[in-house]
Amino acid sequence: MASTTSAGSDTTPGRRRHTPRLTKRDKTVLFVMVAIPTLIELVLIWLPTLASVALSFTRWDGIKLNDIKPAGIQNYNYVVNTYTPFWPAVQHNVEWLLALAIIATPFGLLLAVLLDQQIKGSRIYQSIFFTPVMLSLALVGIIWRLIYDRDYGLLNGVLGTAGHSNATDWLGDSKINIWAAIVAASWKHAGYVMILYLAGLKGIDPSLKEAASLDGASAWQSFWRVVFPSMRPINIVIVVITLIEALRAFDIVWVINKGQNGLELLSALIVRNLIGEGQDIGVGSAIAVVLMIVSLVPIVWYLSRVFRKGADL
Amino acid sequence: MSTLSIERADDPMAPTASDHSSGRRRRPRYGTHLFLIVMAVIWLIPLLWGFYTALRPQQSTIKHGYLSFAGPFNFKNFTDAWSQGGFATSFKNSAIITIPSVLLTLILASMVAFAVSRFNWKFNVTLLILFTAGNLLPPQILAAPLFQLFKHTPLPLSVSDSGDLLNTYFGVIAANTAFQLGFCTFVLSNYMKALPTDLTEAALVDGASAWRQYAQIIMPLCRPALAALGTLEVIWVYNDYFWALLLVSRGDRLPITTAINNLQGQFVSNDNLIAAGAIITVIPTLIVYLVLQRQFIAGLTLGASKG
Amino acid sequence: MAPQESAPSPLGSESGLSRRTVLKGLGVSAAGVAAAPLLAACTGSSNKTSSGSSSGSKTTTVGSNYSDAAPKTAFAGVISAFQSKSGDTAKVNTVAHNDFQNNITNYLNGSPDDVFTWFSGFRMKFYAEKGVVAPLDEVWTKISPNFPDSIAQASTAADGKKYLVPWVTYPWAVFYKKGLFAEKGYQVPTTWDAYIALAKQMKKDGLIPIAFAESDGWPAMGTFDYLNMRINGYQFHVDLMAHKQSWNSDQVKKVFDTWKESMPYHQAGALGRKWQDAADAIGSKKAGMYVIGSDQIAAQLTGAAAADLDFFPFPAIDPANGQDAVEAPIDGFMMSKKGAGNQAAIDLLSYLGTGAAQMTYLGSNKADVATAKDANTTGYTDLQKKATQFIGAAKQVSQFLDRDSLPTFASNVMIPALQKFIQNGTFDTSGVEAQAKQLFANP
Repeated sequence: MASTTSAGSDTTPGRRRHTPRLTKRDKTVLFVMVAIPTLIELVLIWLPTLASVALSFTRWDGIKLNDIKPAGIQNYNYVVNTYTPFWPAVQHNVEWLLALAIIATPFGLLLAVLLDQQIKGSRIYQSIFFTPVMLSLALVGIIWRLIYDRDYGLLNGVLGTAGHSNATDWLGDSKINIWAAIVAASWKHAGYVMILYLAGLKGIDPSLKEAASLDGASAWQSFWRVVFPSMRPINIVIVVITLIEALRAFDIVWVINKGQNGLELLSALIVRNLIGEGQDIGVGSAIAVVLMIVSLVPIVWYLSRVFRKGADL
Repeated sequence: MSTLSIERADDPMAPTASDHSSGRRRRPRYGTHLFLIVMAVIWLIPLLWGFYTALRPQQSTIKHGYLSFAGPFNFKNFTDAWSQGGFATSFKNSAIITIPSVLLTLILASMVAFAVSRFNWKFNVTLLILFTAGNLLPPQILAAPLFQLFKHTPLPLSVSDSGDLLNTYFGVIAANTAFQLGFCTFVLSNYMKALPTDLTEAALVDGASAWRQYAQIIMPLCRPALAALGTLEVIWVYNDYFWALLLVSRGDRLPITTAINNLQGQFVSNDNLIAAGAIITVIPTLIVYLVLQRQFIAGLTLGASKG
Repeated sequence: MAPQESAPSPLGSESGLSRRTVLKGLGVSAAGVAAAPLLAACTGSSNKTSSGSSSGSKTTTVGSNYSDAAPKTAFAGVISAFQSKSGDTAKVNTVAHNDFQNNITNYLNGSPDDVFTWFSGFRMKFYAEKGVVAPLDEVWTKISPNFPDSIAQASTAADGKKYLVPWVTYPWAVFYKKGLFAEKGYQVPTTWDAYIALAKQMKKDGLIPIAFAESDGWPAMGTFDYLNMRINGYQFHVDLMAHKQSWNSDQVKKVFDTWKESMPYHQAGALGRKWQDAADAIGSKKAGMYVIGSDQIAAQLTGAAAADLDFFPFPAIDPANGQDAVEAPIDGFMMSKKGAGNQAAIDLLSYLGTGAAQMTYLGSNKADVATAKDANTTGYTDLQKKATQFIGAAKQVSQFLDRDSLPTFASNVMIPALQKFIQNGTFDTSGVEAQAKQLFANP
C-alpha cells in the first residue's frame, strides 16, 4: 500500500511535457468533484471533532442547546482528579497496546514468516488464521463470551471448574477480564498482521533473502538484518495499526459489559458519558479530547512519513 | 516499484517466485507443521464451539453440560433465533445501509482521488492528509456533536418520520460514508497516481474533458482496486457497530451487527440461542470471504492504513 | 508525490468561479447523488403513519422496553385491546430493556415515540424539568379516580403537573422458595442477626445462602437501598439520593460495613453474572435467598418454580426504622414532547390508566401488580396478592436508587463504585462524594 505512495510520477516523464490547459468547464467539474467529498469530510468528521473540543469546556446534559454553560477546565479537572474510572481506563488502554504490540503483532509476523516458506497447506493455514479478520469486533465479543462464561463456558469446562464456586470468572473478575478481552481482540489482530506481512514478504526480492542466508548468517540473523528492515513501509503501517487499534478498542468491551468493572477504556468512558442515561457531554468530551490528543501522535507521525515530499517509503 | 507492488498485493496468498526458485531445500519441517496445526486448531475453536453449541438444544446442554457430546443435534436454535431475533428485518436494514454507503464512498473517494492524483494542485497533500487523518480518528471522539448535528438537520416528514436525521438509514449511511471516505481516497489516489500519466495526457490533447478522463479512462483502469475496496468496505460497513448504536434507537431499524447485541439481552441464559444468532450473523461474511477472498485481502494490503 | 508542475490548478485564481456557481453545482450534484429510488428505499417504513401532532389523529406510536418474551406478549395484548376498543392504531417499537434505559436521553432528545414506557421518581421529574416530556393533565382528569393519592403523588413532577400514567408496580424483597424452607426447616428471619444466622446455616447445608448478580450494574442497588433505609432511616435515604447528605459520612460507611459482614454469604462471582442466572439459582434450589424485585424473579421463573416462590421483607437492622420502608418502583407511561396533542396518544394513555387495561397485561404477566384501584384482582396469584398487600401496608415507599437520584450519578458513579465494593470490599466514600459534588452542583 504505502509503497505506492512514492508514486509513478517521480519517474514518468510526463511532468516535463507540456500539458494542454484545462478548460473553464473542466476546472468547474474538478472543483465540484473535490468539493462535495471534502465538504462531507469537513462537516461530518472535522467539524464534530472541533466541536468536541469546544464542548469539553462546557457543562451540558445534552438535552437543550441553550443549557450549555461555560465551565473552563472544570471537566478536565474532574476527569483527571475525581472521576474514578479515568485512570483505570488509561491503564487498560496501555495494557491493550502493550499486549497487541508485544504478543499479537509479533505473533502475526511469526505466522507470516512461517507461511512464507514453501510449506504444504500454506493456503489453508492462511485462510484459517485470517477468518477472524472478517468478523466484527462486536461479534468477536459475543463468540468469546461462549468460551469465557463462568458457569457454561468452554474454558472452565475444559479446566473442570465450570459450575464450581472456585471457577474463574473470566469476564466478571475485574482483575483478569481485560486480558480475556485482549485475547479475543488478538485473535483478530494477529490474522490482520499476518496478511499484511505476507504481502510485505512477497514483495521482497527472493535473491535478497537467499544472499543473506548463503552469507553464512543464520536464518534468524538474516531475517532481522536484511528482510525485516526492507519491509519498512509495512512495518510503519503495522505500528500505526497496532497503536490505532489499541486506542479505538471499544466494541468488544461494550458488548461484554458496556465498559465497566475492569473493562474501562477511554472510548467506552466517552460513550458512557455521551449516550448513557447519565449523559454528561462536557465530561465525555473532555475524555474525547484526551483520546484525540493521544491518537494524533501516531496519526501525525504516520502522515508526516507518508506525505513527506519525495519520501521513499 | 509502485505498480509492481500493487499487482503483487493483489494476492499475497499466491506462491512467490521463491517457491519455484529454491526448491532445493525441501526438507520436511515437522516442528513448523506441528506448531501451525496446533495454532490453527486453537484459532478455529471459537467459531466451531459457537456452531457446536448452536446445534444443541438448551435442555440437552443443561442436562449433560455444555462440554459434552450427547445429542440430539438439530437446527432448531437457528430457526428460533431467526424468528425471535427479528433477523429478517436486521439483515434488510444491513443491506439498506451497506450498499448505498459503499457505493457512495467509492464514487466520492474516486472523484477526489482523481482530482488530486491526476492534476497538480497546491492543496492536494493537505486534502489527502485531511481525509486520511479523519479516517484514523477514533469515532467516539466526534460522537456527541455528530448526534446533535443530525438531530438538528431537519428532514421532511415524508422522508424521515422523526423529522431529522436520527433514526434514519440516511444518518447511518452518511456517517459510514464520511468515515470510510478517507481510507478509500487514500488508497485510490495512490493507485491512480501509479497509472501512467501518458494515458490521460493523450486524452487531454485529444480534447477529452476532465469528466471523460475520469469516467472513461481512469475509472475502468481502477477496476481491480475498486473491486478490492468494494469488498473490503462491504465487510467493514456491515461490521460497523458504533454508528447505528449512536444514531438509531429503534429496534426495527438496527442493522444486524448492532442488533445482535440485543439478542444477548433477549436470550439471557440461553447461550445456545445466542450462539445460533452469532453464527447466523457470521454467515454473510463467511460467504463473502469464500467467494471474494482475493479482493478482500487485496483491499487490505492495498491500503493497510486502515486502523 | 512529485507535483505535475505544468498542469494548471483547477482552482487557480484565474478560474473565476463565483461562489454562487459553485454552490449551484454542489446542489445539483448532491441531488443527483441522493437519487430518488435511494430516497424511497432509505426512509423509515412507517412514514405513512407518521405521528405528527395534528389533533384528531388516529395513529400513535409507543416506545416499549418490554423486550422479554412474557411482558412483550402481554403488552401486545393490551395494545390490540386498545385498538379494537378505540379504532385507533398504535405501533409498538420495542427496544431491549437495558438498552432502552441506557439510551433514554438520546431517545427523548432525538425522535421519540408519542408514548413510552418509563418510571416514576427522580427519573421522571428530571425529564419533566428538562421539558422533553409533555404534562398529562388532560389524561389525568379522566383517570384520577382510578388511583390512590400516593400513586398520584408519585406521578407528579416539581411543577405540580402530572407526567406519568402509572402502570404496574412491584416490591423488592428477599425472595425464596417455600419448598426449600419447609424441607430444611428454615424460619423467615425478621432481624439482621437472624438473617445472618440463617445464611450461616444455609452455607453449612451446602447452599449458596444469598444469590447475587451484578453484571448489569443496577441489581446491587436494591441491597444498598434496603440497608441504608434499615440502618439510617427513610428520610436519610431520600436526602442522600438528593445529595443533601454526604456520601462521605459515618452513616454511609456503616451501610457498607454491615453489607461487608454479609458478603461471605453472597454468591461468588457476582460481577460476571446476570440477574437472570442468579434467579435461576433460586429456581433450582442451589441458592437460598435473593434480594431482587418480583418484576425480575417472578418473570424469570416459570411453572412449578414460580408457584413455589415467596418473599419476606428485608430484615430490620435498627429497631427505630424496623421494616417500615418498602422499595416498590412504579412503572408507567409518559408522553414525549413530540406526542403532545396527538389525540390517539391521549386516548391510549387514558386507556392505560384503567384497571381493565392493567389487568389485561397482568393476565399473562404475573410478576407485577396493578396500580389502579379499580383493577379486578381476583385472578391474582398468591404472590401478587401478597405483593399488593405488602406495598399497601408500607409506611414509606422508595423507588430505586437509579430512579430516586440523578441519572448521571446513578449510572456513572454508583455503578462503578458498587462494583468496586463487591470486587474488593471497599466503598470509596470520599471518591463518590467528590463526584457527587460536581454532578449535583450544576445539573
